[in-house]
Amino acid sequence: MIKFCMRIFSLIALSISVLFFVISSTFAGSPTKVGFVYLTTPGDHGWTYAHELGKQMVEKRFGKDVKVSVVENVPEGPDATRVIRELAKQGNEIIFTTSFGYMEPTLKVAKEFPNVKFEHITGYKRSKNVATGNIRFYEGRYIQGVVAGLMTKTNKIGYIGAYPIAEVIMGINAFAQGLKSVNKDASISVIWANTWYDPVKEADAAKVHIAEGADVLAQHTDSPAMLQIAEKNGAMGFGQSTDMSAFAPKAQLFASINNWGPYYIKKIEELRNGKWNTGDGPNHWPGNVWGGIKSDMLVISKFQNMPANVAQKAQEALDGIKTGKINIFAGPLIDNTGKEIIPAGKALDDGALWGMNYYLQGVNGKVPG
Amino acid sequence: MITFIPRDKVSKNWIIIAPILSIVFTIFFGLLIFTFLGYNPLETLYQIFVSPFSRIDRISDILVKACPLIIIGTGLMLCFKSNVWNIGAEGQFIMGALLAGFIALSFPNIETKFFLLITILAGFVGGALWAFIPAILKTKLNVNEILVSLMLVYVAMLFIDFIVRGPLRDPMSFGFPLSKPYPDGALINKIPFPGIGFLGQLHYGILFVLLLIPVSWIFVNKTLGGFKINVLGSAPQAAKFAGFKQNSITITVLLLSGGLAGVAGVIEVSANIGQLQPEVSFGYGFTAIIVAFLGRLTPVGILFAGIIIATVKLGADNAQMTMGIPKVVTGLFEGILLFFLLTGETLQKYKIKWSEGKK
Repeated sequence: MIKFCMRIFSLIALSISVLFFVISSTFAGSPTKVGFVYLTTPGDHGWTYAHELGKQMVEKRFGKDVKVSVVENVPEGPDATRVIRELAKQGNEIIFTTSFGYMEPTLKVAKEFPNVKFEHITGYKRSKNVATGNIRFYEGRYIQGVVAGLMTKTNKIGYIGAYPIAEVIMGINAFAQGLKSVNKDASISVIWANTWYDPVKEADAAKVHIAEGADVLAQHTDSPAMLQIAEKNGAMGFGQSTDMSAFAPKAQLFASINNWGPYYIKKIEELRNGKWNTGDGPNHWPGNVWGGIKSDMLVISKFQNMPANVAQKAQEALDGIKTGKINIFAGPLIDNTGKEIIPAGKALDDGALWGMNYYLQGVNGKVPG
Repeated sequence: MITFIPRDKVSKNWIIIAPILSIVFTIFFGLLIFTFLGYNPLETLYQIFVSPFSRIDRISDILVKACPLIIIGTGLMLCFKSNVWNIGAEGQFIMGALLAGFIALSFPNIETKFFLLITILAGFVGGALWAFIPAILKTKLNVNEILVSLMLVYVAMLFIDFIVRGPLRDPMSFGFPLSKPYPDGALINKIPFPGIGFLGQLHYGILFVLLLIPVSWIFVNKTLGGFKINVLGSAPQAAKFAGFKQNSITITVLLLSGGLAGVAGVIEVSANIGQLQPEVSFGYGFTAIIVAFLGRLTPVGILFAGIIIATVKLGADNAQMTMGIPKVVTGLFEGILLFFLLTGETLQKYKIKWSEGKK
């Protein structure tokens, strides 16, 4: 008898709690819960800071209609799996995981929570509820190449790369294409920092470049350290991910700014309208966003510390990319050993960009590994 | 000048009072800091200490996080007890994971779980070999093992980095530094509970911890080997007179602790990652040093210390998710906690004497 009563009682309790859940989730104006996972802290003034600015745009745009939770400093591994799962458990409806290494953890958790939407930033694996987002960073690097080619006096460009992966290599090659379009004598030397964020190592690499005679520096790492060294030594450089002119008012020529806000807002809006989806098919291609200058995901800051004619050339390159007049990887493309990659009249497609493991003409040395 | 003088007798009361006082001080300073920074202090403490226990799957997450810490910490205990300072468990962890990973990836179609015995053994060998380098340098050439073992951590980090970018890189990974996924036979599964399903990420690797704690307790307290280690650590001269071979003890404890760190590496990668990637350890090897000392170099103590450290780490994440407290703030709190716990333990054994420095 007691057992029976207990059962009835728990049934009632259960139905009440279900009722409350239904009411609370259909109640008009209940905020959409959005989760963000950061690799470092916004204090990096680079990659994660750019995501933080995007998050702030989300909060500004939606106000009380969203509730945002953030976890920073999450290492790429089991901790990420745990944190993402926890965010899903706490009722977040869409979760942005903002580093490449969160790919497998995101997919793993997504399988357990089929009703939660996941947006993985810079990955290539998608599923029914995992979409991916990335920025065509290389477009900004082409413009950097143009400016560097016109500004350099020593014809030596120092480039600091994080890791020799396709994303970084396509950036170096885009830079080389821009450089070649204005200055055939200049060449790029690359130092690999083997880290995305380590101000000390980045500064050391910048010092080596300057000691070897480079007068324009570029980076594919996250901290402002390189620009600070450039500022001290009278060299020039480009800001990464965010506007870094505060760190190097005299050295920053311009910055390529990652503008995640519009992408976040678009995806959250889709979710709220019930339109979020990654399509069918094995690759879920519709779930992939790879936007650049045209779609406002990559923003070029104002051209500074350069003569008017250089700024004008830079503006032309920017406009060319925006209108599609400039195709950065149009043939003929020849790698730096003389091998033809693609003949005139053709151009590399997105798939070929992700397979890049060679340097184009204008870059010294060879890709490690 | 401050000097520490050993107390003649450690008061029994203070053994109980000291840890309680440490906790009280920690909470007091925690409240002070959180209030000062504008966070609700009680809720913060709740998030850090209590919320990790608030759901059964969160408790299982604590165990998962504590698992590598306890395994490595137990190995380090053997070293530290015999005054051998192995600071390089992080590197031994990586090399164990790497050798096991190499073997796992060499048999891409294997499905039987007996294969795990081989990969775990490989992990032990990998970690032990890495610890053998400081061991042999210490015993043959009297090179400081602190420096050698620490520096080998960075060699190991760069080595695994090279391996996953080069020889073991998955050709389908779009140039990203990842190996192929492990075959089924090399994966440690999550534990299914009848009627409940999986609890977070709780996996069978935890069985190794349950085995390790009693075995290491028996080894330390009931065997001649354990006795030798104790004597060598607390009275090196006595060990010498007793005819214990110091060099062979040094080599043994380094091999054992390196091997255990390697096993921790295999379990972590096989259960939680499933492939090799540039980073597999996230500082477990260094955190385990704290765990070993916090556990007062006893197996049971290390079990609890591992759980405490894991709890605070998860609690810090929860505090961040629910209250937006940055990790630096919770990290500060972790520091305060360790400071008071270790101070309490030290003052229990030593008196402080203030003396005038020589002019």
